[in-house]
Amino acid sequence: MSDRIREKLNILADAAKYDVSCSSSGGTRKNDNKGLGNSHVSGICHTYTEDGRCVSLLKILLTNHCIYDCLFCVSRKSNDIKRAAFTVDEVVDLTMNFYRRNYIEGLFLSSGIFKNADFTMERLLLVVKKLRLEQNYNGYIHLKTIPGASDELIKEAGLYADRMSINLEMPTEAGLKLLAPEKNHADVIKPLDFVQKQITQFSADKKLIKHIPKFVPAGQSTQMVIGATPESDKDIMYTANAFYRNFSLKRVYYSGYVPISNDSRMPVLGTQPPLLRENRLYQTDWLMRFYGFKVQEILNDANPNLDVDIDPKLSWAIRNMQHFPVDINQADYRMILRIPGIGVMSAQKIVQARKFGKLRIDQLKKIGIAYNKAKHFIICADSPYQLKDYQGTQIKAFILAESKSKYLKTDNNQMLLF
Amino acid sequence: MIYIFDGSLPGLLTAVFEWFERKPGKVVLKSIEMFQPEAFAESFTVITDAAKADRVWTGLQKKLTKASLRKFYCSYLSEIPEAYNHLFQFSVYIFKHAAGADSNYGNEHVMALAKYAKSVEREKHRMEAFIRFQKTGDGLFYASIDPDFNVLPIISSHFKNRYADQQWVIYDLKRKYGLHYNLETVSEITIGFAEGINKQKPAPGLMDENEALYATLWKDYFKSANIVARKNTKLHVQHVPKRYWKYLTEKIDV
Repeated sequence: MSDRIREKLNILADAAKYDVSCSSSGGTRKNDNKGLGNSHVSGICHTYTEDGRCVSLLKILLTNHCIYDCLFCVSRKSNDIKRAAFTVDEVVDLTMNFYRRNYIEGLFLSSGIFKNADFTMERLLLVVKKLRLEQNYNGYIHLKTIPGASDELIKEAGLYADRMSINLEMPTEAGLKLLAPEKNHADVIKPLDFVQKQITQFSADKKLIKHIPKFVPAGQSTQMVIGATPESDKDIMYTANAFYRNFSLKRVYYSGYVPISNDSRMPVLGTQPPLLRENRLYQTDWLMRFYGFKVQEILNDANPNLDVDIDPKLSWAIRNMQHFPVDINQADYRMILRIPGIGVMSAQKIVQARKFGKLRIDQLKKIGIAYNKAKHFIICADSPYQLKDYQGTQIKAFILAESKSKYLKTDNNQMLLF
Repeated sequence: MIYIFDGSLPGLLTAVFEWFERKPGKVVLKSIEMFQPEAFAESFTVITDAAKADRVWTGLQKKLTKASLRKFYCSYLSEIPEAYNHLFQFSVYIFKHAAGADSNYGNEHVMALAKYAKSVEREKHRMEAFIRFQKTGDGLFYASIDPDFNVLPIISSHFKNRYADQQWVIYDLKRKYGLHYNLETVSEITIGFAEGINKQKPAPGLMDENEALYATLWKDYFKSANIVARKNTKLHVQHVPKRYWKYLTEKIDV
């Protein structure tokens, strides 16, 4: 018995790992029936795999049998791999026992499509209902919406799940058509839109009636595979931006493509996943969500791709030197957020601290800003008087000269002529 | 002038009271453990007084936001010798200024408390993440820890709320006390471990019959979830520093 369950877990965890969503934040569920588990407001990462990714949820597929043949997916029909399927009880038992030992924050349940969408969705629903209703389980549940499943099933699942997600897979329709001819973005948009409307409806009702059940309290997310098809960073981020806006998504995940197939339409096996590019996309995502940047400011027709050697915030700053230097003791909070080397926490501290007197360099350093980067863009109480007005490109060279990218294996200190 | 206190929170608060009563000018606060007589500095031993401590604590509650009060308490739990002096100076600074001074991050003591609190909160969060319970034969879930800071007082409610339907013990091996939840309340306990017993991993005979199976399944899961092509040891160790590996079921080889 234990050997079989070990084998299933290995197969179905391995097949689920390319879904990068791991967050367990945003839930509001309380343990008020003296059962097991609750939501932690910021989520908890219980461990990290050797590739440095957080493990928060028990992320598994119910089965890796699938009727689709999407080229980018390891569970595609034509792939010659071992197949397995959990029973409902096995998933419930694993979740409860892992949770009780504080291994996990909750369950992330996805599935290959077997028979049809509704049959698959029904099975997923059985698992979450059993956890919530029979086991008094209040821990986090992230459930995949199965494209094509009926509205009734999706709506019922939303009553038990904390987050639901459905993957765009490729940033553009053309890219998706190339690798998964049977799929299209419309199949993703329909359920995203349906769930979003339900969330809005439930929260409107909640204002009138107190005891309304929760409906997907941690919201929805989606994922795009990066680097399998030839989209530009602009294509990717404009799509992400549209989905954030239209469906109030909590997160868009960018998953650097890890080659798993030798098909000529995709990067060949053994190609390194585009980790640096993935990182730059996430930085851009953060600038959009927490730093008040519009995506058009960072990516546009003149700059369709993100800089590789510097981060997108610095990149924006040196293209827009007319906004700098910013006076730390005068400027608006929104402008302070835009200074390279200053994050949200530091910006908040600066705005509070300057009420008590003009801030000096040593205080800014103690507050925790990256002073060596920020110094090119700020004035404070004791800034040295600067005779020369440096160009953006010169500042970039200064910063690059004194920093070393973790992504560059060897130094490429090229001589600068200007 | 050096003020010496007994290392307790009421002791620290009493010291603040005594300073305002005497106004002796510049003072450095040290705990008795850390105190070494200096030839040219006078010293004064603070006698902990609950009533005086209460008055100072009530005063701090009035002048500080809830978040700042939490930072104050967390800094105390850091048990770092210099933190005691910062807490003392911070209190004096707060009482001398109008309410709101706790957001002056340009002040070195306000900033110092923010840093200590950050470290302690991080350790608290790590404990919430890295504690691994083992189920014993009588159904109790047991975990031992030796955190950098004294975080048991601030992790108690998290575990009580979350694991409301199972009995559990979290034991701090470094500070030699623990928490026990009996399905109703959490209480402080000390365990007299028998000589030679493995405090971290009790003998298999004492454990639930399925404990080994779930530990194995968890290790399997941990391996399967890894993407080899993305290997990034530096990032891995940054998130899970090696000193925590001894807690983690998935990092301990059988």
